[in-house]
Amino acid sequence: MKEILSLTVLDELEAEAIQIIREVSAEAERPVMMYSIGKDSSVMLHLARKAFHPAPIPFPLLHVDTDLKFPEMINFRDRMAREIGFDLRVHKNRQALETGANPWDMGTVRCCGFLKTQALLDALREGRYDMVMGGARRDEERSRAKERVFSFRDLHGQWEPRRQRPEFWQLYNTRLHDGESMRIFPLSNWTELDVWRYIAREAIPVVPLYFAAEREVVERSGQLIPVGEKTRLLPGERPERRLCRFRTLGCYPCTGAVASSAATVDEIIMELQEVRLSERTTRVIDHDQDGSMERKKREGYF
Amino acid sequence: MKAATHTPDMLRFLTAGSVDDGKSTLIGRLLYDVGALYDDHVASLRSADADEDADLDFSLLTDGLRAEREQGITIDVAYRYFSTSRRRFIIADAPGHEQYTRNMATAASQADLAVLLIDARLGVSTQSKRHAFICALLGIPRFVVAINKMDLVGYAEERFREIEAEYQEFSVRLGLGNLCFIPVCAVSGENLVRGGENMPWYAGPPLLSFLEEVYIAGDRNLVDFRLPIQRVVHLPGTFRGYGGRVASGVLRSGDEVMVLPSGFRTRVAALSTGMEAVHHAVAGQSVTVALEDDVDVGRGDLLVHPGNVPQERRELEAMLVWTGDESLVPGDVYLIKHAARWIKARCEAIHYRVDPNTLRREDADALALNDIGRVRFSLFKPVFADEYRKNRILGSFIIVSTTTNDTLGAATIIDRTDYDAELKTERALPLRSNVVWHEGQVTPAARAALFRQQPVTLWLTGLSGSGKSTLAFALERRLIEAGHACFVLDGDNVRHGLNHDLGFSPRDRAENIRRVAEVARLMNDAGLIVITSFISPFAEDREMARQIIGPDRYREVYLSTSLSVCEGRDPKGFYQKARAGDLPGFTGISAPYEAPSSPAVTLDTGAHSVEQCLAMLLRQLADFIKDRS
Repeated sequence: MKEILSLTVLDELEAEAIQIIREVSAEAERPVMMYSIGKDSSVMLHLARKAFHPAPIPFPLLHVDTDLKFPEMINFRDRMAREIGFDLRVHKNRQALETGANPWDMGTVRCCGFLKTQALLDALREGRYDMVMGGARRDEERSRAKERVFSFRDLHGQWEPRRQRPEFWQLYNTRLHDGESMRIFPLSNWTELDVWRYIAREAIPVVPLYFAAEREVVERSGQLIPVGEKTRLLPGERPERRLCRFRTLGCYPCTGAVASSAATVDEIIMELQEVRLSERTTRVIDHDQDGSMERKKREGYF
Repeated sequence: MKAATHTPDMLRFLTAGSVDDGKSTLIGRLLYDVGALYDDHVASLRSADADEDADLDFSLLTDGLRAEREQGITIDVAYRYFSTSRRRFIIADAPGHEQYTRNMATAASQADLAVLLIDARLGVSTQSKRHAFICALLGIPRFVVAINKMDLVGYAEERFREIEAEYQEFSVRLGLGNLCFIPVCAVSGENLVRGGENMPWYAGPPLLSFLEEVYIAGDRNLVDFRLPIQRVVHLPGTFRGYGGRVASGVLRSGDEVMVLPSGFRTRVAALSTGMEAVHHAVAGQSVTVALEDDVDVGRGDLLVHPGNVPQERRELEAMLVWTGDESLVPGDVYLIKHAARWIKARCEAIHYRVDPNTLRREDADALALNDIGRVRFSLFKPVFADEYRKNRILGSFIIVSTTTNDTLGAATIIDRTDYDAELKTERALPLRSNVVWHEGQVTPAARAALFRQQPVTLWLTGLSGSGKSTLAFALERRLIEAGHACFVLDGDNVRHGLNHDLGFSPRDRAENIRRVAEVARLMNDAGLIVITSFISPFAEDREMARQIIGPDRYREVYLSTSLSVCEGRDPKGFYQKARAGDLPGFTGISAPYEAPSSPAVTLDTGAHSVEQCLAMLLRQLADFIKDRS
């Protein structure tokens, strides 16, 4: 038997992420892992299982629900929680939902503010979580590219990008005072392609929306917007069935599909090697205004 | 053909330069030219009113914070990702401003290589010296000095050589090892991805080719096994294991291990990476270890091999980058984090501060933000630590405030008596100037052209008496006669000199192989074909040799001649002695031989003549000695 002593890129990324997850679980008082049901969350969940196998994942997974997620996502979430047996917590901003918060009437920026950022901050406060793991990657967006792996948040959950703690080697400074918290990003150094290659290598289940199928959409300023339960059509818009898939998953009013015939993980990997647009072009919220992600992150968004 | 079977590895490099050296342009152009930018990102680099042909403002790409775009400077590290068929790259784009030194040090602590930019018009600035100093302090083993804006000095070779000489003089005092100088023009992309049509006098590779080919696998310490335990993995009544990331070395299922600080010894019952059981784990891997005995192990403990234990230290001597707003003052107590442990420590002394601009040492009562100096801490509890130059993980620690929790500093451990380990500041002499000088100037391609061959190492392995030396020397003679530059490194001969201090224990055998592999690598670097003749019985040692020499240059030749044939030959009478019990640890009799599982070629000298074997070996070499003219 030949011993292989070199590590592949995926081996190295996996080892780094598991180290980070273990460090959180060892040093946090009340750790939690965000679970957004997307591909990055699926990879993070898998890594958490590996980090503690055969013991169960020693922290809860938190989903911030907006009632605007695709039904397939919610089904998948509940199936995973059942099959894997993790402690799933779901939080919604009920007050905002009861008053009818939605992106069509209040705009995407305010809707996100209520249903995602506010809901997240409330959930974290209620759970008194001090270390919160998220699946964000540095290659997603230019302000994310600047963020530490262990990213400090003040008493109000705010990020101060000009005063980040330096981060040396793999020696993460996890010290916090009461009320302060950290966002931790185990997938910091992964790219979209790494995520899919890892999903292929480890045979990780993902939401079927990632795979091409005929779906009901309308074409709006170059994007394929899915037609969901509450979707409001603009004058002259007619839903049509198009072969497409989702490159990222979020709330259906704000997530564009891409025309694609990639119906398997391998086909997605092949497609991504050729693709000329970044994945966040399919998110309506990111390009509302210049620096919108940095602003939202300062306020406490992931 | 080689590229197809090559598994890409990962290179993390840092870029640093002074304001206006053109760093953002260089990174942006590099990413653009390798096709790593998405169209929507490129579109965002054009201002709203600019047309399609307008120049792209690449600084918008790397300066991701609003404050950075408003002020036109880099404040914090930005990470960028790209890959080619050869390698995966992580760029840590570091700020050059003195006030953001801590952010640059953040990037440097993770990097395998630094690309330092210099404006050809301005030459070596005090800032660029400081960048090199910080990188050297944090142990970055290799440097590319990219001399940018060559278009603005008329692509003049004299200017390039002038800056190169000035930098060399400075770098020698820092003890920088591998330096490579590349003249570039980031605006036009010359010598980044493609060559430089305006600089025919430069014979070296463009930046990307250099980054793709530079050898880094030897940076990993595969010898000294260390596993800091992060967390106990416990399923009551069923399983108890210990999770951590291997800092260095290799651990195998069944190995005897020692737990530190308790000193308990036990064996590895099982190893896994999550759901899959594995036979071994190497430096860099996260694993879960189950032990045979029920010993007390907790977070912060260290697993090692009993024969190779790090030093227990109650004091730490270290070089330190201070990153805190409050100053370091002797007598004060801090928290330090070393591997997976937090310990309190008192600063006992500041030996000196180094002025990074002049490299002069000066006395200091305190270290302020961005200061660099040599210090001593006493620990409230001892730690097991290595020197930083031997082990980047067990040899480093951070300092944290007991009141604000801020990260106040990054420190690299040095041995108190070992003055060589220090950076070559003022008191050291430029002893290595010649070595450094030549490395940057002659490229592997130039050597290959001179010798009309590509360097390669044929690594002959097999039992004593299997014919290694006979074949090696015959092949050497054949190659020399054909006009090729080559050399045999022979097991017996090397033990007379270079390795006369080594015996035949597994550890000494490993060190024997390590040294020989390093020599073979140097000879390959010099352009020679190398033939080695060592029993090299252990697969792990041969893998280490492969890593040191480089997988592209290493060809394993297995002499499969059977034990009975070898014993029948017994040219040195060793087998007879071994059978009589006079030679303990003799391969094949009283010590194992692990046959290679996939050698490049297998030769049975019991079945084939020397001439037949030589023909097979020459066929192996055909690709390397083909005349390229």
